[in-house]
Formats: sequence, C-alpha cells, structure tokens
Amino acid sequence: MKYVEGAEIRDTKAPAGPIEERWEKRKFSAKLVNPANKRKLNVIVVGTGLAGGSAAATLGELGYNVKSFCYQDSPRRAHSIAAQGGINAAKNYRGDGDSIYRLFYDTVKGGDFRARESNVYRLAQVSVNIIDQAVAQGVPFAREYGGLLDTRSFGGAQVSRTFYARGQTGQQLLLGAYQALERQVAAGTVEMFTRHEMLDLIVADGRARGIIVRDMVTGEIERHVADAVVLATGGYGNVFFLSTNAKGCNTTAIWRAHERGAYFANPCYTQIHPTCIPVSGEYQSKLTLMSESLRNDGRVWVPLRKGDDRVPGDIPEDERDYYLERIYPAFGNLVPRDIASRAAKNVCDEGRGVGPGGLGVYLDFRDAINRLGRDAVEKKYGNLFEMYERITGENPYETPMRIYPAVHYTMGGLWVDYDLQSTIPGLFVIGEANFSDHGANRLGASALMQGLADGYFVLPTTIGDYLAAGPFGEVDEEAVAEAEIKVRSKIERLLSVNGTRTPDSFHRELGRLMWDYCGMERTEESLRKALERIPELRAEFWENVKVTGTAEELNQVLEKAGRVADFFDLAELMCLDALVRTESCGGHFRAESQDADGEALRDDENFAHVSAWEHSPEGVPVLHKEPLEYEYVKMTQRSYK
Amino acid sequence: MNLTLKVWRQSGPTDSGRMVTYRVEDVSPDMSFLEMLDVLNERLTIEGDDPIAFDHDCREGICGMCGMVINGVAHGEQRATTTCQLHMRHFEDGAVITIEPWRAAPFPVVKDLVVDRSAFDRIIQAGGFVSVPAGSAPDAHSMPVRKEDADAAFDAATCIGCGACVAACPNGSASLFTAAKITHLSLLPQGQPERLSRAKAMVDQMDAEGFGGCTNTGECTAVCPKGIPLDTIAQMNSDYLKANAK
Repeated sequence: MKYVEGAEIRDTKAPAGPIEERWEKRKFSAKLVNPANKRKLNVIVVGTGLAGGSAAATLGELGYNVKSFCYQDSPRRAHSIAAQGGINAAKNYRGDGDSIYRLFYDTVKGGDFRARESNVYRLAQVSVNIIDQAVAQGVPFAREYGGLLDTRSFGGAQVSRTFYARGQTGQQLLLGAYQALERQVAAGTVEMFTRHEMLDLIVADGRARGIIVRDMVTGEIERHVADAVVLATGGYGNVFFLSTNAKGCNTTAIWRAHERGAYFANPCYTQIHPTCIPVSGEYQSKLTLMSESLRNDGRVWVPLRKGDDRVPGDIPEDERDYYLERIYPAFGNLVPRDIASRAAKNVCDEGRGVGPGGLGVYLDFRDAINRLGRDAVEKKYGNLFEMYERITGENPYETPMRIYPAVHYTMGGLWVDYDLQSTIPGLFVIGEANFSDHGANRLGASALMQGLADGYFVLPTTIGDYLAAGPFGEVDEEAVAEAEIKVRSKIERLLSVNGTRTPDSFHRELGRLMWDYCGMERTEESLRKALERIPELRAEFWENVKVTGTAEELNQVLEKAGRVADFFDLAELMCLDALVRTESCGGHFRAESQDADGEALRDDENFAHVSAWEHSPEGVPVLHKEPLEYEYVKMTQRSYK
Repeated sequence: MNLTLKVWRQSGPTDSGRMVTYRVEDVSPDMSFLEMLDVLNERLTIEGDDPIAFDHDCREGICGMCGMVINGVAHGEQRATTTCQLHMRHFEDGAVITIEPWRAAPFPVVKDLVVDRSAFDRIIQAGGFVSVPAGSAPDAHSMPVRKEDADAAFDAATCIGCGACVAACPNGSASLFTAAKITHLSLLPQGQPERLSRAKAMVDQMDAEGFGGCTNTGECTAVCPKGIPLDTIAQMNSDYLKANAK
C-alpha cells in the first residue's frame, strides 16, 4: 500500500514554560463563554462511556445545550462499565513516595516514550480531582476500617495509587457519570438519544457542524447540527473480532470522521492484555478479561518441559517455570502488560502452553491461599474467581486459572492537540477514541483516569475557547444533504449485495488475519501479507455479503455490516502504520527490532514521533509526523529486570 | 448437544407475536447461551430469514443490556448469572428451551426479545444522583465513611439495571431496581442532603411509569444477577415514608 509523507506537525498548542504550570496557563488563556451565551451554543457528544458521559454531564452543568448519543438502549451500558481493576490517582494517601511527578514519569516511561509530556503531566495533575469528584458523587470505593480510601498497587507500578471498587471500578465510576448525565437530562440541558448510531460527520465551511445518525429502532436517518462535535466513541479493538471489547464497540464514528479530514494517529498501537480467559472454540464471540490485579497475588507459570500434559497439581515445584519471576526478578509477575503478554506468547510458541490448543498459561493462587488463607483471597478476588468459574466450569481455588493474552485497548485514535481538538476545527475527541496520553502502551488503571480527566476537567475548559467565537450560524444545507446522501447510499449498497456470507463471517476472517499478521508480533512479511489480503477480503465483502431485512426497521445484521465495512479500511491503515514503524515500542512489537534478550528495541532516532495519517480519497494516505521531545523524562530503554 | 428452541418472535410493537420453533444442532457445552443464538442467527441469515433480535453488549455480565426469560425464569435458572454468562453446559442434550422477552407493561417489546427499558433511566433522572457539579468536590478524605457502610452501599450499587427484577415480579414492580439506588446513596454521607427528596421523587416516578407495587414475593432478588438484597426495599420504604411524613 502506497503512502506519501506530508508536512510535519510542529504545533500541538501546548503552552510553553515549566511543565507544572502549563495547564494552569492554558486554563487562564482559554477564552470564557458568558453564561447567557452558553445557552445559545449547541454541542453534540457521541458516546456515553466515562469520557462521553462525564463530558456531556459537565457541559450540561456549565449551561451549554447538549445532545448526547449512544448506540445502546441506555447511556449506562457503555463499555467503560466493564473495567475491573481500578483508577490511578497521584493522591499519595499512602505516603509511599507517590506524587504527580511520579505518575507523570511512570506514564511516560510506561508508554515507551511515545506520548506527549505536556498531556501526560496534565493527566497526572487532574487525576487527584477525579477521585474527589467521584467520591462526592457517592462512588462506593473500597475503604479501610478507619473510613479512608483503600488503594492497591497495580500493573507495573511500585506505589499504591490505584483506587478501586472491588472488581467493578469501571461500573461504579460509569454509574457516577451516568447519574450526573441523567441529572442534566432532567434539568433539560442534555437531550439524550439512545439506540442511535452516528454514521457520518457534517463538515461545513471547514468546521465540524453536526452528525448524521441512524435511529436503530425505526431506521430513520436523522440530521443533528451543532456548534461543536465531541467524539467519545471508544477504541477499535474489535477490528480483531475477538477482543475484550463489548460486541457493539466499533470504529465507525472515528473512521468516518477520519474520512472527513480528521487525522488518525498511531493506529498500530494496540494493547494486548495478558490475563484473559483463553478461547474455547470456533463459535467464540468475545474474550473476557480477568483483572490484572490478580497478578498481585497469583503466580504465572508453565511446565518446564515441553508437552507436559499432567494436571497442574501433579507437576512438582521444580518442574514448573515461573517465567516472569525468572526473567524479570525486580518486577516479577507485575511487569507491564505488553511484556507479560509477549512472554506468554513466547512460552506457548515454545510448546509449553497449557489447555486446549496449548494457548494458555497458568495463573496460580495456591501460594496466596496458603499464605493469606482462602477467606482473604476470596475477599479480594471473589467476584473474579466466580466469573472465571462461570465461563470455564473450573474452580480457581482448586486448580490454577488458565489465561492468555487478548486485544484489550487501542492507544491509537484520532489525532488531537493539547485542547483535545482534532484536525477538523470544532471536532473534539476524548477518551480512548483519541490517541493522546498513553503513548505506545497504556498502564493498568490509566484508562479510567484518562476518560474522566478528559470528560470532567479538560474538554469542558478547552472547548469553551473554541465556542467563544460561536454560535457559528446556519449550517450549509448542501454539506448536510451531501453527508445524508452518502449515509443512505452506503446502507442501500449493503442491502443490495444479497450474497452468501454473513457480516460476522467476514469479521471473523478479518479478525483472524489481523491477529495473525498484525497482533502481538509483527514482521515486514506478515504485514505485507495482511496488506495484500485485506483488499481482497474487502472486495469479496462488497460482492458477497448477505444483509437480511430492510433499512426501515431494527436490523442488527445491517448494523454489523456497516461496522465491518469500516473495520476493513481501518485494518489496512493499521497494517500500513505498523509496516512503516520498523521499530518496536510498547504494544507494537516488530520482530526485526529486538535486543539480544528478545526485548523490544526502540529506534528513537527515526521514530520518536507520532504518526498522524491523513485520509485521501484516492487511497494514498498522507503521513504527518509530530516530533516528540522529552525535556523532563530522559529517554531510556525500558527495563523491568 | 442438540436442542429445540421455542422463541418469541414479534416484528414490532404492533405485531401480536408468536412462539416459533427452531432446532439447533452440535451445540458445544462450552458455548454461552448468546453464542448458541449467534450460531442460529448466522444460519437464519444465510437462509434469508430474519435473525432473532436480542439485546447484548459486553457479554461479561456487567452492562445489563442482555436479558431474556429462559424456561420461564429471567436470565435462566442459573443463580446470580446474566443471560450472556449462562453457558450451555447447564442444559441437557435434547432439551426444549423456551425463550421470551421481559414481559411488563412499562417495558414494551421493540422487536423479538428486545424491549424498551427507558423507564429505568427516567427513574434515575427523578433523583438517582448526588447533585455535585464537576470541580466542586472537597478532598476525598475530608469525609471518612465507615467500611461497613461503604461495603453495604457497594452491594446495592452493583445493580446493572437489566430489568430481570421487573420481569420476574408477579406485579411487574421495579422496587428492587429503585431501592438499590436509593439504598446505595442513603448509606453514604454524600447522599444525605437529598436523601428523602430522592426517595420520594424516584418512587413517584416508578409509579408514574406504570410499574406495580411490591408485595414482598422476593422473586426479584431470586433472579437478580447481582444478588441485590430484598432488604433494600425496606430501606426505600422507610425513606419514602419519612419523606411523606415531612
């Protein structure tokens, strides 16, 4: 696949000066909107997860006219709800040496030096406000007997900065945001549109001015115009078909915005989560994550000997390989996600994997149960153990869990500046849908932090600076009509093919291909293969997909088909991005770029930049590089040994 | 495994609906219930039939979007389990399984097994929140909360809003759902200022939506995938009475 290189991105609009003052500076320099004018300004927010829900609620509180959209039957269903582990915040309530600077440092380092320092510092600063906000809303975080908040150390952090609500932190934080949102719905500042799917962005006179949506119950195509559009539509991990994302998660909103001119940054950065329940059969529809908090007490191992098929209890201690503890003595079972995932793949590739197909490793609680007692283990992880047993039929108190890596999160997303504004003026992108804060690898418990930081605290300030110049007046009718026609013709085209394969069968094949060729390990050869195969499969899709029913009804096959069509285009850009980035960094592992120990080897000389892709209707994407500079955290090769 | 499914099919709100029988073969015991339906739907699509519409999203038992009445029980007979987490190993080979939507007047059928649960959102809108705009919160440690209270609040707060409680209740009552939120916020110091007004507004909205009254049959908590305890309803009634006595 061809591409050309365009102009570098030099200005991300971050203020200059000492890093700890930048956000203060931006807050002060951002223009304010007079309260009487806020009522005249309309903002559309798409998606109601932590980022979208908190943003819509906060914009409503500020007095803007907000329209909020989600594809589910209620905003409370967004997939943030499934986050288990926790949320990081630099509160230093433990006095264990944590600070805003340390959270900033850990996040930049954990992101393998591919995130912006200014953004990450702001994230660490705002993290403390999130906990205050959530507690005030009544989020029932875990507490200690003294009544204060409990914390734990999590996924690669050596301080205890992760706040949690049993294994359901995402649920509790999302319900907090949802309740704040419903409060604004009642107050009349937010109008809620459930079961509506965004199918295009309206761009008029160079500004994002609205969206085209499909009412998923009646099939009606609707136009909604506004002064600004906020996308909070989550990640695109479902391009792999099997992932820990909800079934409905898709790339359509951000992809269609990309086609309208928003740059797509670092699409190849995907996170593979090390602790998921392994695949059980061909029919598998999704993968389930087991919180990596389990790695605090569980020990990861495989048999020392290849092909050892004894039941785990029969394998004596000296015939077990606790490979994470062996290879990474300093961090042991708590190494970051990308490292833990690749190590699991390596031992399985060596033929030492366990369970069906040899695609699994043990996560063993025997020692924790002996040390802490079964009750203590049950208190900490009871609901996770139950969930595991429900799915696999095995009891983890008696036999070790089997886990295997699965696609979990996408660090890439639409390119945004410091204000979270995309390359289309008036189009803001928040949460997982943007690319900004996690670099090439996200640390555990940082997704909830970023979603809420963007939604409660960052966007409500920065969008004001843009809206202060509004209202922007009537929207050009031609632009609206053009977007609507485009949406209608795509739907008609999908319905008219009438082939012999279901959208899911294409999606499954695409996902398999992406997992094999653009998954945990990528090579020039595998990526070239993928880039050859994806267009063929896409062509077959458009000739042979079968969509039943009509456009004017609830039609779940049609919904799927539209999403799969966009996944094809995204998959191609992901592979291209992965091919161009010949280094390894974070979640992107190029087999050609590793050190003597098999660890990821960055190439800072050539790749210390964000790759922001501009769509071209002719099919030749334009690559814009945004150089990354590190003034505070010295670039080092990550080492967890 | 080979199964016979009797599934409620209804093309839209005005259709009267009917049970339709399907055979599914070669079902693996490791499949989830929804994966079994996926396989059937793939087949129906290829054959040009309208696949069975059902709501689902996270498929890990937390979003609350899925839900069907399986053999007469909301979410099926497996306790504390959502439909998406129900696995086929709990069914016998050759079994006949009936599948129906939630049935309650305030949850009108949209299509097949999909119902409209927006009434739940309106109950939350009535008062299921703490009024605290972003940015106005004091430090999180300024108000300690007894661990027992925090834990009990959490237990109530785990409600996923699936609506099984309504589907199971002979009166079509939404008391367990409403009480879970009232109890969650009533147990925390942050919820105190609006405690009574919240209870009153939410209960009144629940009644206005057309949900029935609670007669303590306990069917709701028996099917609740999160095991929300029945005594939350006592908490709700107590707060509601106090609010009305004021």
